[in-house]
Amino acid sequence: MKLGSVCRIHALLLRYLYVLRSSWPRIIEISYWPTMQLIIWGFVSLHFGAAQPEITASGILISVVLVWDSLFRSHVSYTLSFLEEMWSRNLGNLFVAPLRPWELMLALATISLIRTLIGMIPAALLAIPFFGVSVFDMGLPLLVFFFNLVFTGWAISQVVTGILLRYGLGAESLTWVIPFMIAPVSCIYYPLSTLPAWLQKIANLVPTSYVFEGMRALVLHGEWRADLLQKAFMLNCIYFVLGMCVFLIAFRSARTHGLLLQAGE
Amino acid sequence: MSAVLKTESLVKDFGSTRAVDNLNLSLNAGTTTALLGGNGAGKTTTLSMLLGLLIPTSGKIDIFDHNFVEDRYPALKRMNFSSPYVDLPQRLTVRENLTVYGKLYGLKDVQSAVMEMVETFRLSEFIDRRIRRLSAGQKTRVSLAKALINTPDLLLLDEPTASLDPETVSWIRTFLKKYQQDRGATILLASHDMKEVEQLCENVLLLRKGKLVEEGTPPDLLKKYGRKTLEEVFLDISRGGIP
Repeated sequence: MKLGSVCRIHALLLRYLYVLRSSWPRIIEISYWPTMQLIIWGFVSLHFGAAQPEITASGILISVVLVWDSLFRSHVSYTLSFLEEMWSRNLGNLFVAPLRPWELMLALATISLIRTLIGMIPAALLAIPFFGVSVFDMGLPLLVFFFNLVFTGWAISQVVTGILLRYGLGAESLTWVIPFMIAPVSCIYYPLSTLPAWLQKIANLVPTSYVFEGMRALVLHGEWRADLLQKAFMLNCIYFVLGMCVFLIAFRSARTHGLLLQAGE
Repeated sequence: MSAVLKTESLVKDFGSTRAVDNLNLSLNAGTTTALLGGNGAGKTTTLSMLLGLLIPTSGKIDIFDHNFVEDRYPALKRMNFSSPYVDLPQRLTVRENLTVYGKLYGLKDVQSAVMEMVETFRLSEFIDRRIRRLSAGQKTRVSLAKALINTPDLLLLDEPTASLDPETVSWIRTFLKKYQQDRGATILLASHDMKEVEQLCENVLLLRKGKLVEEGTPPDLLKKYGRKTLEEVFLDISRGGIP
């Protein structure tokens, strides 16, 4: 990577960190939702655990909730940072500077990672004293699960930001809707075998289903399924490249139709 | 004198509407040129293409001897832009905005450049104030400071003094004149203010329905149309030619 690109990515990171620093509700919000999820699912887990201990064995329910949230947080953090540019009608200024679209994407991914870690770490730490579950007990595999889901989150964000760029703020609600489209086939709370055969075929095309199958194998049976994580990673690479293509096509389309100056109006 | 910016047969269509029609223009180094035209004449579309925000349907743009349509980045480093219709991030302070843009343009000593802009544009009083808390005049000064942070050789301005008080307008015009003379910069200015054009510009380009219908120096145009002010010349051309 050239020094000029590093400078421009650094400039954008500063811009997003300044926004974060300027608003205490935003900082609180980053940790608020993962913590709320933890509290609600923690009590659900306690309730089910009393009746059917196998459902919540080894804190699996709390662990999957926390790890799934890392996908949602990474996606929302990426997309909201992009929306900041649209809300402030700043895309015109950004792209008359020598900023490449991929530099913007890399900056958004980096700030998304920072915001996701700020949001997830307090919730994961709170789970230890409150519910006796430590996701950190998974060790290094936790990082593999986490980064795979963050990667999926970015791929989704690239598609959503591409749509936002092309169709404007009218498509803003997609930010919240699209990640949940893959939730049923991600097999977060139930094993893949629960799904009907035809839906399993679709689930096999979704990287998150491999992550959660792998996680269940590790937490419930102490088995490290590298094959599942490899498949998840391969699929993530494919979707990431596809997501990039969607964004770049949308960027070119926005330049063809003169949408960069109007974005946010 | 060499041309800093040159377009050849530049066309932009939006569906069946031709917004810019076969535009050939050339800006010489160290000159200030006005781009005039009524609403819908194609000024903003032209500026957008010259900034790389809009892809032309056909035609050629050369800026600093680079094929701008093929590769705009080498030229963009030496250009900048200001418009009251494009905002800076409202939640960021003046200092933060200028720092971000200084870094985006790859300046080596960003802090010195920021302080120079703050001094030049008299921003020190509100340097740590958020943009959204500034008056329209203050915002325009910050926007111009952003546009000059990289000391551009080519500056594109869209109505730089729109809706400002007379004192600020006069100050900005004097500043732009001085900047152009001191740095030998080339300025392209889209404006509706004929007084501004007379005061700042050596050349005038007049657009109507996307076409370049007239060009020349202000004295030449006044002579040609037999008018006393550029405003009268502008009205003649907007209404369809010499009365």
